[in-house]
Amino acid sequence: MNKKKLYPWYFASGAAILFFLLCFLPGILGIAYSFTDWNNFTDEINFVGLKNYKEVFQGNSEYVSYILNTVMFTIVTTVMKTIVGLALALLLTQKFIKMKNFQRMVIFSPQVMSYLVVGLVFKSMLHPTTGFLNNFFRDIGLDALAKNWLTDLGLVWPTVMTVDTWKGMGYIMVVVIAGLMSISPEYYEAASIDGANFFQKLRSITLPLLKPVLVNVTVLNVTYGLRVFDMIYSLTNGGPGNATGVINTAVYKEFSKGDLAMGTTLSSVLFFVLLALLYFIIRSMENKEVGA
Amino acid sequence: MGRAGKSIGHIIGNLIALFISLIVMIPLIVLFLNSFKTSAEANKMTLSLPTEWVLENYSVVIEQGKLISSFFNGLLYATCSVIVIVILVSLAAFVISRNQKGINRFLYYFIISGIAIPINNVALMKVMKLFGLVNTRVGIILLYAAINIPLSLFLAYGFIETIPVEIDEAAVIDGCKPMQLFTKVIAPLLKPIVSTLFVLDFMAVWNDFTMPLYYLNNSQKWPMTLAVYNFFGAFENSWNLVAADIILTLIPVLVVFVLGQKYIVGGVSAGSVKG
Repeated sequence: MNKKKLYPWYFASGAAILFFLLCFLPGILGIAYSFTDWNNFTDEINFVGLKNYKEVFQGNSEYVSYILNTVMFTIVTTVMKTIVGLALALLLTQKFIKMKNFQRMVIFSPQVMSYLVVGLVFKSMLHPTTGFLNNFFRDIGLDALAKNWLTDLGLVWPTVMTVDTWKGMGYIMVVVIAGLMSISPEYYEAASIDGANFFQKLRSITLPLLKPVLVNVTVLNVTYGLRVFDMIYSLTNGGPGNATGVINTAVYKEFSKGDLAMGTTLSSVLFFVLLALLYFIIRSMENKEVGA
Repeated sequence: MGRAGKSIGHIIGNLIALFISLIVMIPLIVLFLNSFKTSAEANKMTLSLPTEWVLENYSVVIEQGKLISSFFNGLLYATCSVIVIVILVSLAAFVISRNQKGINRFLYYFIISGIAIPINNVALMKVMKLFGLVNTRVGIILLYAAINIPLSLFLAYGFIETIPVEIDEAAVIDGCKPMQLFTKVIAPLLKPIVSTLFVLDFMAVWNDFTMPLYYLNNSQKWPMTLAVYNFFGAFENSWNLVAADIILTLIPVLVVFVLGQKYIVGGVSAGSVKG
């Protein structure tokens, strides 16, 4: 049987062409335009070399803080979501928990809502004077805990990251539960006979066997975190000031201002970062295949 | 641990689980209750029941928020792009997973790199303009199809690998040509993965906010997300209306979630557990 004839490659061309034109081509064009002074105000486009990149990385420009914010957001939310999701998965697979399935469904449900709507929900919940949270604290007499959650410089990042964890933890939980289900109960039975306690089983059986799942989840969380936009845009719109600006909110700001070259430069920086990450991910996956 | 210690542990475990479930549910309950309050009463958001249930909030929101046209726009974008995705992706996944050599292998890695690589929205504007796709329904549908192809291909590829090749061989002996083999033999077997793709991609498109923000500046073509965002900006002081608006946008996805739970959870875990 001739595989090439039976499975013609052009069956894949539709998906490949659409992806090439609307996802890949803009990426490449964007890199080309990042070396120009492209803007909305003239039709003339001049080559300016590395000027845009210099502007991004020179000294302590606002752009550097956007990049650092993005990296910090990514690291903290990935760690928070993984820890909380893992803990929830372990808790909600225990036999003694009542209404397990219902609780799993509830905790997963934010995953199906859009980031934008979650942002708006919490923007109203956390409103300093009319919001639910502050009213709740005042009603139970803890006035000191009623804060300006989204405008206080020291609180705004923890608040945003907690909201993101609220939305994302259920996803990690569900994936980890699926991973836990695939672990044969015999391992645990054998460990129980040897007298292992819960934490010994967790460390020697559960975590090592969950490693592939956790690696995948981390990859997804990291790529999400670096590209975050909707959540920040709807919760704080990068404010107060520029305190919660991330790369993609900055791209949109430059785009609206008409400074297209700077927008595409920032987008390209993100592109290179993710490309580098992807390279390491594929490398480590190939190593795994060789090892197996 | 003694028996008493164990049952205390069980109670604590149940309390923690209950507490987290409440943290997830309370914001939604508060919004639900507030969506029925008068504007004065909703000004202080609490868990208390409305003193009188104002159902008019919903009709006001539907009228003022242009929700009906946005609802149908969103439905149109999601349905059409999902159909495009399902057709293109199953064809591609079929040949790529059956013959994993040469150009197919390259195409596979090329396309699934899109799972991680970000879209350059600024330069995409240029490309969309070139094809006359800015501010058009066709444009946004094709764009949604394109950005959701990578993950869909990854999932479909994994699924087709589980269909035995012997089925193909038997069909070829019976005289099947490639297209017949796909439409008559393989396509009917793809039902589970098509359902998963349908639900996951539908929700991804329905929930997206970035693409219409960049590429649709005509409010008549807006999907729900953008309409809600705009409504929120205009009515920020009428929390009862904002709450009703948010509840109305959430209802469709929550219905899809409850009905398609099996496919969502299955698809989500297949993507990460197999890897």
